[in-house]
Amino acid sequence: MAYEKFKILKSNCVPLPIENVDTDQIIPARFLKATERIGFGDNLFRDWRYNSDDTPKKDFVLNNKKFDGKILVGGKNFGSGSSREHAAWSIYDYGFRCVISSFFADIFRGNCLNIGVLPVQVSSGFLDKIFNVVFDDPKSEIIVSLPEQTVTIVKLNISESFDINSYKKENMLNGYDDIDYLMNIKDSIKTFSKTTPL
Amino acid sequence: MSKTLFDKVWDSHVVHKIKDGPDVLFIDRHMVHEVTSPVAFLGLKQRGIKVLFPEKTFATADHNTPTVNQHLPVKDPLSANQLLALEKNSELHGISYWGLGHEKNGIVHVVGPEYGITQPGATIVCGDSHTSTHGAFGAIAFGIGTSEVEMVLSTQCIMQPKPKKMRITIDGKLSKGVSPKDVALFIISKLSTSGATGYFVEYSGEIFRDMSMEGRMTVCNLSIEMGARGGMIAPDSKTFDYIKNREFTPKNKNWTKAMQYWETLESDQDAVFDKELKFDGELINPMITYGTNPGMGIGISKEIPLAKNQDGGIETYKKSLNYMNFDEGQSMIGKNIDFVFLGSCTNGRIEDFREFTKIIKGRKKASNVTAWLVPGSHQVEKAIKDEGLLEILIESGFELREPGCSACLAMNDDKIPSGKYAVSTSNRNFEGRQGPGSRTLLASPLVAAAAAVTGKITDPRTLY
Repeated sequence: MAYEKFKILKSNCVPLPIENVDTDQIIPARFLKATERIGFGDNLFRDWRYNSDDTPKKDFVLNNKKFDGKILVGGKNFGSGSSREHAAWSIYDYGFRCVISSFFADIFRGNCLNIGVLPVQVSSGFLDKIFNVVFDDPKSEIIVSLPEQTVTIVKLNISESFDINSYKKENMLNGYDDIDYLMNIKDSIKTFSKTTPL
Repeated sequence: MSKTLFDKVWDSHVVHKIKDGPDVLFIDRHMVHEVTSPVAFLGLKQRGIKVLFPEKTFATADHNTPTVNQHLPVKDPLSANQLLALEKNSELHGISYWGLGHEKNGIVHVVGPEYGITQPGATIVCGDSHTSTHGAFGAIAFGIGTSEVEMVLSTQCIMQPKPKKMRITIDGKLSKGVSPKDVALFIISKLSTSGATGYFVEYSGEIFRDMSMEGRMTVCNLSIEMGARGGMIAPDSKTFDYIKNREFTPKNKNWTKAMQYWETLESDQDAVFDKELKFDGELINPMITYGTNPGMGIGISKEIPLAKNQDGGIETYKKSLNYMNFDEGQSMIGKNIDFVFLGSCTNGRIEDFREFTKIIKGRKKASNVTAWLVPGSHQVEKAIKDEGLLEILIESGFELREPGCSACLAMNDDKIPSGKYAVSTSNRNFEGRQGPGSRTLLASPLVAAAAAVTGKITDPRTLY
């Protein structure tokens, strides 16, 4: 599925300073019953965001009007648990284009990269600085530059670089997806299939 | 050059290497269930393409399926719709589909090995993180996202950077009452839920050699809970005996040929791992979790650790205990519980039911406990009946449900009510995992059985 190209994102952010945010929190399993990719943003962080009677929980950050933006900032080991890509979809569909954390779970990171959400891993010190600045002034902006592979806290004028392999970087800059790549080497895949032992 | 078991299987499946990018990895077996596949099939439709190798993909329905009255139509319209979508997609693309009511229906990671789809040296993926289960046979098996499900359906490949390699060696003998589930929960408690992120694990040592295939499946199943992509164990005579003569395993000449490949599947003596960890098997006790991730586990007779002794994230730790309504320093033994769940891709196999029955035999289910005993497949269900375990269960006041994922993840009717405590043999104790507000205590079938007959957390070693 096509996604927005990612180049340079300048935005304020939504802080979620909790560790081990798992995919069951990002989107509980009972909301995985769709057969199309529709409406997942509404159920992002459903049980942290809403009471059982569907009224918003006032103390949850997505219900706090002070905070908004296209960048979600989470504590370490963000996205642990299930392989459900629905977690990444719900983040994208809600309107986020980037998640910053000091550590990501493996499958979640891969899912994000496949659907156009940029996972940006920073040092824990830098992550703390982002949290401090954003809680101090929710309008503080962060610049994430994919071409430069840097993330900058505008107010402090400090930057840190982040890793991404050049193949995935190229994909996100251009909105490419892996299936197009694989379809182009389909003949060599078919040939390879004849050589596998099983 | 010396290679690890993982290297041998991975390297032999690389179709193409991309510079400073992922490997294109050929997938031998693709398991599909109803939840993570519909959007992938929709992608194929939009691209106007068909499944490239339908004979390498196997579909079963498990997450949404009810575990009572399976002969009746599925009540929840959304669940029914998702199940129907898988049935239609399988038919359209010529994929074998073991839906509700089919004799081979069951949890994807239970039926795969049962029918010999799971084989040593294979690459196996499924849109489900517990695909790591199949690593018990010396396969590279791991969970993928829906975009990758679409890749496998359309090209039988995925694109992934090769993970780093970790070896976890545990020697010694397991003490009485200590099961493979305890071994896994012990490792995760040492490593945390992110301690193996970026790695593929090989389990090695006497403990794993001594383990049955089902025990190995339980351990490999939980690899993802320490962040690892997957875990694997080198195949041995136990592995070959288990898979021989199953429906999808090679026969006759093909078996001999496959054996030639399978017998090469072990790490070379001088193979190098990026990380090596060693533990003493004799130190492992029956385990139980007290928090909201699988790393928050302790020996059952220990106290809940103090917040100040945590490595960091004290607020997160307190939030977790607050959710469980537990206090630091408390003992777990004697805490009242409300539900017991025996089942899931972690502990829904026949040996798990044998273990459970060992404890409950001659005792009665505690009156304050609701117990859901859910076989992982029809084969398991049949074995429970054939071996006379059902009679023992009924005699003790238990009932047996029909196969499915059940209360593991609250996608079907089996949900733990808000605020209630469930001792579960499943794999995740995340907030709300078993239903909004539910409180999960992960444990082995023995610990679950001890809780079921006493109504509280009890050391199973005191009961036999």
